[in-house]
Amino acid sequence: MSSPTVSLPSEDPQSVIALRDVTRVYGKGDALVRALDGVTLDVAQGEFVAIMGPSGSGKSTALNVMGCLDRPSSGQYLFKGVDVANLTRDQRALLRRHYLGFVFQGYNLLPRTTALQNVELPMIYQGRPRAEREARAIAALEKVGLGHRARHDPSQMSGGEQQRVAIARALAGGPSLVLADEPTGNLDTKRSTEIVELLQQLNREDGLTIVMVTHEDDMAEYADRLIWMVDGRVDSVRKTRGGKR
Amino acid sequence: MFWETVKLAVQAILRNPMRSFLTVLGVVIGVAAVITMVTLGRGSTAQVTTDVEKLGANLLMLTPGQARFGPSATTDTARPFDEKVVKTIIDQLSSVETAAPTGSSTMVAVYGNTNYRTRVTGTTNNYLQATDWDMAQGRSFTNLEEEAGKQVCILGETLREELFGNADPVGENIRLGTLSCNVIGVLSAKGASSFGTDQDDIVIVPFRTFARRIAGSSDIQLIYISVRDGFSTDRATDDLTALLREIRRIGAGEDDDFTIRDMEQMATMLTGVTDVLTGLLSAVAAVSLLVGGIGIMNIMLVSVTERTREIGIRMAVGAQARQVLLQFMVEAVVLSGLGGLIGVVLGLSFGAIGSNMLNVPFVVDPQIVLIAFAFSVLVGVIFGYFPARRAAQLDPIQALRH
Repeated sequence: MSSPTVSLPSEDPQSVIALRDVTRVYGKGDALVRALDGVTLDVAQGEFVAIMGPSGSGKSTALNVMGCLDRPSSGQYLFKGVDVANLTRDQRALLRRHYLGFVFQGYNLLPRTTALQNVELPMIYQGRPRAEREARAIAALEKVGLGHRARHDPSQMSGGEQQRVAIARALAGGPSLVLADEPTGNLDTKRSTEIVELLQQLNREDGLTIVMVTHEDDMAEYADRLIWMVDGRVDSVRKTRGGKR
Repeated sequence: MFWETVKLAVQAILRNPMRSFLTVLGVVIGVAAVITMVTLGRGSTAQVTTDVEKLGANLLMLTPGQARFGPSATTDTARPFDEKVVKTIIDQLSSVETAAPTGSSTMVAVYGNTNYRTRVTGTTNNYLQATDWDMAQGRSFTNLEEEAGKQVCILGETLREELFGNADPVGENIRLGTLSCNVIGVLSAKGASSFGTDQDDIVIVPFRTFARRIAGSSDIQLIYISVRDGFSTDRATDDLTALLREIRRIGAGEDDDFTIRDMEQMATMLTGVTDVLTGLLSAVAAVSLLVGGIGIMNIMLVSVTERTREIGIRMAVGAQARQVLLQFMVEAVVLSGLGGLIGVVLGLSFGAIGSNMLNVPFVVDPQIVLIAFAFSVLVGVIFGYFPARRAAQLDPIQALRH
């Protein structure tokens, strides 16, 4: 099966993500919830951005919108210059397929499926031939330090290892942007540090653009920039110490 | 991509082999029932056809009364035939080779202290000639024996075996009810007929003996007529009809009060019964397929719920709604198709065993096998669609949170 793509504007815009006064509301009347209430935000190519904020501040909703899993209720979201608000469900699926990688708090690997097959999954939908898929999946697993465990099942792995498989899966399809939703939320400090250092390394060495939602200040310090959200708005943006080395 | 989906479906099915098997049981039973019945039906049809050929396609059966639907075509008011009619038919019609009156009754045959329930047929030598039945031993009736209604009989092979075993029956006396008769010969073995009735389970006595001593009346309810070589059965039927209308004084415009059947009509009638049975069982099979389809839908709905998170993951990495739909549709179709395949194998096995037991040839109808299999696949498509659509319409965010 050939893979259709969403055509992007020919000139590559500087910012991968451009949110302009984006709102996302759920429900109506008295039960109306403003999960996002006028967010304006840019993420540049090659940036590593952390989003923090109290629970209910709209971090996850923002991430879902950026990941094209959700659509803004109003405002404009340009992903590499394409207005996502105007795209259909299927077109957004194509954007995710070709340009986005996801890392979740709960790893979200397919059970009873080897690490290798899990990493291959996005590339199956990209329609890449089997040999290429395998080669790229093994390369991605080696990059996250799990080349030797390619044939293992997620259930045989520790949490840290599972999250590294998930990162390999996010990388393997060659995305423009990786979105990580509390990737260290289920891990102890040592493993958390390993994971976030891996993300930082991917950002520094491969120029991967990463947006990470986190609860932990320590983890946020690895990013280039920290966005603090409160009540569905961007409360403050500050440069971090440039990441711990 | 498509093969990936099929592989995925097979993996998902094999992950829960017991559940998958129980799910498709309805489809298995439905398909197996259809194929078994059609195989047996085709087998007995083939058997009837060969039997008719064996009996000779040039045999006619004449019965009193108008033709009605069903095997019993005599009416109470119809006049039976008498022996004069038989003689007239033989003498006057050039298209008729020979004709034989017959009467039958089921009785117990006794020899020494051995009893055996069998069919007693009263007829003449002409019957043996018309049906091409040879003597294995001894002789057939003499003219004197036929005309005087002597107490003699000819045994079928089965009855001989049951009563005499290895002993020589010719010259011995057996008893049929109050009639004691002398065995003068044994018929060659014919084997089973189309319906598994043993044609060799018979004892033949002269027609007059049967009329006087067993039936108590000389009325004839059935006359076998063989058509002379070189004449068509249609020609003989026309000649017979004209002659009988004249003898029985049926005016122009009145209906015949007799029926002439050729063996082809008999075969059609007999296979008609098989067709009705096959139709009924196909209806049962259709219900079974429907129930099987609902079973598949039920399990697919459970499967969609269980795998909500998996669906979410697939959507997150770029699966479109139609790809999720395809995945679950393929799974349902592979499931029901496997059920159909098992059903085909079982059905053919039962068909083979059944044909062997019923003594009919094992005839595989590839068309029915294909149709039954196609139906099982169709069941998967129809009943897989609803659960698959439910999966495809899931919201990825909700599904990931599941």
